[in-house]
Amino acid sequence: MSQHSFIESTLRGFARALSKALQSEHAATLPGLLQQLDPRVRVIGIFALVVSVILCRRIEAIAAIFLIAIALAVASRVSLVSLAKRVWLVVLGFSGVIAMPALFLTPGEPLFTAPALHLSISVQGMRTAAMLVLRAETAATLTTVLVLSTSWTHILKALRSLHLPAEIVTMLAMTHRYVFLLIETANQMFESRQSRTVGILSGSEQRKTAARTAGVLLSKSIELSHEVYLAMLSRGFRGEIRLLTDFRLRPRDYVGLTAFVFTSCLAAWIGR
Amino acid sequence: MHIPDGYLSPSTCATLYLCAASGWYVALKRIKQLLATRAIPLISVFAAFSFVVMMFNVPLPGGTTGHAVGVGIAAIVLGPWGSTLAISIAIAIQALFFGDGGITTLGANCFNMAIVGSFTAYAVYRMVAAKSNLNSRQRVLAAAAAGYVAINVSALVTAIELGIQPVLFHDASGTPLYAPYPLHVAIPAMMIGHLTFAGLAEAVISAGMVSYLQRADLGLLRGVSGLRQTPALLIGSANAERSPARLWWAVALLMLFTPLGILAAGTAWGEWSSAELTNPHTREQIGAASGNHALPSSVPVGIQKLSRLWTAPFPGYAPRFVKSPVFGYLLSAMFGVGFFALASLLMRIAARNRPARNLGP
Repeated sequence: MSQHSFIESTLRGFARALSKALQSEHAATLPGLLQQLDPRVRVIGIFALVVSVILCRRIEAIAAIFLIAIALAVASRVSLVSLAKRVWLVVLGFSGVIAMPALFLTPGEPLFTAPALHLSISVQGMRTAAMLVLRAETAATLTTVLVLSTSWTHILKALRSLHLPAEIVTMLAMTHRYVFLLIETANQMFESRQSRTVGILSGSEQRKTAARTAGVLLSKSIELSHEVYLAMLSRGFRGEIRLLTDFRLRPRDYVGLTAFVFTSCLAAWIGR
Repeated sequence: MHIPDGYLSPSTCATLYLCAASGWYVALKRIKQLLATRAIPLISVFAAFSFVVMMFNVPLPGGTTGHAVGVGIAAIVLGPWGSTLAISIAIAIQALFFGDGGITTLGANCFNMAIVGSFTAYAVYRMVAAKSNLNSRQRVLAAAAAGYVAINVSALVTAIELGIQPVLFHDASGTPLYAPYPLHVAIPAMMIGHLTFAGLAEAVISAGMVSYLQRADLGLLRGVSGLRQTPALLIGSANAERSPARLWWAVALLMLFTPLGILAAGTAWGEWSSAELTNPHTREQIGAASGNHALPSSVPVGIQKLSRLWTAPFPGYAPRFVKSPVFGYLLSAMFGVGFFALASLLMRIAARNRPARNLGP
C-alpha cells in the first residue's frame, strides 16, 4: 500500500463524485421517455414505484417492478452498462454480503444441508435474502434512473411545487452549488500536500494532515458563507425566498402520471 | 450507516419520516430565530462542507482508513439544531442527487445520524468539556468523545430499527420481509464496526479539527462553548449562556424513570442466568422467545463455570439488602450515573494537569 494512500483514495472519491455529477447532467439532456415528462410527474411517479417496492410482500411483484425500472432506463437512454457499474454491482456487493448469513440464520424448513459444515440453508432464508437484495436493487435502480434523467434544478423545482418549504429547497440548491466548489478546494489542498510530501508519513502525521485539511476547509466554508451572505444582501435579500415553479402539465404528463400511479397501485395490490 | 431502500418496512419509514420532519421543523424555526437571514447561507455552506468531509478517507491506527460523518464537529461548531439541518441536507443531497442511500429511508437516516447524532455529540461535548478553556486539551478529548459516542449511539438506533423488522414484519411462513436479522444479531453486527473503525474515524476527525481550530480559528469554537464570558459568533448568545445544568436535570429525570424496567415482563433474551435456565417457568419463556427451539436439559457447563467468576454488587438492579425493587432501580441508576460523573471528573482533572497549548500570534 502506498504511504499516501489515504490522500489518493480521497482524491479518487472526489473524482468519482464529479464524474457521477457530470454523467447525471449529461443524461438529463438526452431526448428520452422520462426526460419528456414534467419533472413533478417523474418525481411523484418514481417515488410511487419505490414505495410500491417496499409495500410488496411477494418476490414476483418486486421482480416485475425491476423489469419496469430497466425498461424505463432503456427508454430514457440511460446506459445499462453505467447502471450495472453504478448501481447493480455496488448494491449486490453491499446487500449481498448483508443477506448472505440470512440464508443460514433464518429458521425454517431446510432446503440444502452441508453435513460436513453442520450448515443448512432454509427455504425462508433463501426467500428473505433474495427479497432483500432484489428490493434494494429495484429501489436503487429507480432512484438512479430518476437522478440520471432529471437535472438537479428540475428535481428542486418539483419538490418546491410539491410544497417542500422554500427554505429547505433553497438550502438544497445552495448546498449542491457549493459542494462542487468545496470538493475542488479540498482536491487542491490534498494535491498540493501530496506534491510536497517526501518520504513516508507516519500514521499520526497522516491523521493530522486529514484533520488539518478538514479544519482549513471548515474555516474557508465559514468565510465563504459570510461572503455569500453579503452577496445576497447586496442583491436585496431580506429573508424572503421566491422560487420560480413555472411547470405546466401537458396531456402526455397526465398519461405518464396515470401510468405511474396505476402501475404502482397494481404492483402493491398483486404483491400484498 | 446509511440504510438503503428496502431494509425498513413502510410503517417504520413513515414513523421515522415523521420524527425527522418534527426535528427539521423545530430546527429550522430555532435557527431562523437565532440567525435570522444568515441562516440559509451558513447552513447551506456548512452542509456542503459536511458532504465533502464525509468523502475524506480518515487514516486509522492499524493502517486502515474509515469515513467520518462529521456530526461531531458540526454539533460543536453549529450547535445541535444547526447540525441537525446541515447533516440532514448533506444526507438528502447524497440520496437525491447522487443516489446514495434510500429515498424511503431518508427520514430514518436523517433521524439516526442528523438528529440523534447531533444531540448526542452536543450533550457529550458539553458534559466532558464543562467550563474548560477554549484552548484546553479537555476540549480536544471532549470532541473525540462526542464524535465517538455520537456515531455509536446513531449506529445503535439504526441497529434497533433494523433489528425490530423481522419481529414485526414477516409473512405466514415466518420469512422476514425486510431486514432479516433480529436484535441479538443486528446490534452486535452493527456495533462491532462502529465501536472500532467508524467511531474511531469520527473521534479522529472531531478531535483533530478541534485541536486545529484551537490554534487557527478559535472563534469557531465559541458558539457552543458554554462559557459565559465568550460571545457566540455563530448562533447568537442563547446557546452560549446555557449551562450544563439542564443536561444534569435531564439525567435526573431519566433516573426517576428507571423503575419502568420493572414493568417489562419475562427475561432479557440472551441474558439468562444459570438459575433462569433451570427454573421451569423461565425455561418456558426463554423457549417461546427463541422461536421454540429446544433448550438443553441442563445449564451449559461454560455458563455454569463463568457465572461464578464475578458476582455483581447490585444483582438484578438491587443490592441484596434492598427489598423494594423500585428503590433498588433508583439506587442502581444513581450508582451508575455517579460512576460516570466520577470518570468524567477524573478525565477533566487529567486534562487540566496537562499544559495548555500556546495560541500563537
